[in-house]
Amino acid sequence: MTDTLLRVRHLRTYFWTLDGIVKAVDGVNMDIGTGRTLGVVGESGCGKSITALSIMRLIERPGKIVEGSVDLDRTDLLKLSESEMREIRGNAISMIFQEPMTSLNPVFTTGNQIAEAIRLHADIGAREAEDRAVEMLRKVGIPDPERRARQYPHEMSGGMRQRVMIAMALSTYPQLLIADEPTTALDVTIQAQILELMKELREERRMSIMLITHDLGVIAEMADDVVVMYSGKVVETGDVFTIFERPHHPYTQGLLGSLPRIGQRRGRLRVIEGVVPNPLNLPKGCLFARRCPCVMPICEQTPPPFQEVHPGQVSRCWLTPAGTTPAVGMTAPADVAEAEAARMTITADSGRQSATAAQMGEVGR
Amino acid sequence: MASRAATLVVRPAPRASRGLWRDALSRLRRNGPAIVGLVLIAIFVIGAVFAPVIAPYDPSVGVLTNSMQGPSLAHLMGTDLLGRDEFSRVLYGARISLTVGVVAVICGLAVGMVVGAVAGGAGGIVDTILMRFTDVMLAVPGILLAIAIVAWLGHGEVQIIVAVGVSYAPIFARLLRGSLLALRESDFVLAARSAGASTPRILLHHMMPNALTPMIVQATLALATAIIDVAGLGFLGLGPGDPRVAEWGEMLTDSARFLQNAPYLIIFPGAAITISAIGFNLLGDGLRESLDPRLKR
Repeated sequence: MTDTLLRVRHLRTYFWTLDGIVKAVDGVNMDIGTGRTLGVVGESGCGKSITALSIMRLIERPGKIVEGSVDLDRTDLLKLSESEMREIRGNAISMIFQEPMTSLNPVFTTGNQIAEAIRLHADIGAREAEDRAVEMLRKVGIPDPERRARQYPHEMSGGMRQRVMIAMALSTYPQLLIADEPTTALDVTIQAQILELMKELREERRMSIMLITHDLGVIAEMADDVVVMYSGKVVETGDVFTIFERPHHPYTQGLLGSLPRIGQRRGRLRVIEGVVPNPLNLPKGCLFARRCPCVMPICEQTPPPFQEVHPGQVSRCWLTPAGTTPAVGMTAPADVAEAEAARMTITADSGRQSATAAQMGEVGR
Repeated sequence: MASRAATLVVRPAPRASRGLWRDALSRLRRNGPAIVGLVLIAIFVIGAVFAPVIAPYDPSVGVLTNSMQGPSLAHLMGTDLLGRDEFSRVLYGARISLTVGVVAVICGLAVGMVVGAVAGGAGGIVDTILMRFTDVMLAVPGILLAIAIVAWLGHGEVQIIVAVGVSYAPIFARLLRGSLLALRESDFVLAARSAGASTPRILLHHMMPNALTPMIVQATLALATAIIDVAGLGFLGLGPGDPRVAEWGEMLTDSARFLQNAPYLIIFPGAAITISAIGFNLLGDGLRESLDPRLKR
């Protein structure tokens, strides 16, 4: 393994709402290696974006980071002052967002905005910053960058704007790029171009990427390591090959099982039944128990431990590494085949959802 | 349909923008009603500025033997009870209405923007206190508030400016705060924060320019009502206080009792109030349309 650039430990971010406390991020650990890409997956509302915003310390009232540490190169970001943190934002860590259509300020030209991002962290003149902005636009593959730099965001397409966002984020040579669903709002061909661009720039700069997505296809394409989140907690981590070949947690299995496969059109698309538990009224035991095809009595009672099931693969589940018997002698499906069969019966009659909804089990949306 | 498809296909690469304001200006130029409004306003502004040159008579000096003459070549709009030239008085009245109206709106805008920016920027308890206070102000009808202020501070142009300005401040405060709150949630503000911009910088550099266009539109429209308010105060006997000064509202009051035998004394100042207000309204609506970059064709 390479050295760790970002180490998140026991991160908890809660939101105080009128109905009660929402534990949006509840004890999250994750590591991002230098030059590596960490994919963070999970369905809507599982705390992916809040984790990213917590790392950037951009959580606003009524939310608050309750505890934990976010070490970037052994500096705990959560202990920095606000002005020290501003030096990190956009400089050591940059962020790009899901909606390229609204993430740029409509009243400034794109060149102007990139130049501003540069000048926030570098002591250079306006002219020099604008030249560098044009250079960055050229680098992210925007044709005729001199002219584009003088245009306003509304004069550009979604893919162009996302390129501008990337140019802006990378203009300060960050060590870590947090990309929050960077391709979700784009059409498929543009998606591929943007992902390819991110890959190229990662190689060129030996930059780390934290890639948040609910698209497992993007993960397979981009990520080295994967963190699967569910209801504010990490339920499984491992490198991308392990997660795709040998998923341990039933939720991860469900996610992979609900991917549509090309050339396979028999039957309905599999989905994970049910929805994420209400964050104001979380179940006592395992948070996934109510939707889990392999649920056992202990799951309803006691939250499962976060244990290593294989070297480098950690899962929050009572199922033992073999995926068969529970860790603390309880009755359970006899073997993998049976667990799989149980899962199939549960999900078999389930889907009238479209492929996209089914893909992440985003039912009830 | 065919022509639409064709334009979509052959549409050239977007030309480089010449700047937000210049784009807005070129759109304004193609907006017919706005141009009409602009011309009307220009007529009144020219009339007010060059009143001493244009006006054929001294507006405050009457010739009693000329009392209550109908419109003629000598007196385009006739003469009033004291034999003063009505045309000259309407011209000089434009000076009062426009200066008092403009200064009052600028004062209201300044106070309102400070309050709105502080409330929208700070949020929390500061926001609550300031906004409940403006709610109270808004609950009182503007003209009533203005009457109370003039009654309290006494007659005079400055008092009218204060009265009208104070009654507009809460409108601007509320508008700016509302835009700032909406902008605070916007993606580009989050993006600016993630780029390391400080809170004051985000407020002034990123949010303010976006909140400014509705303020400009509202201020233009407020000019129309300010002119009516100033005339209204004059009509109610709360004008500049000096009977020699020509003021449209007071001119209406003075002539109200001659409505049957000298209607021209009502029609001309009344038309001046109405037309100038319509001018600002047309311009305000035109600005609203041309300042929105999303309406760009």
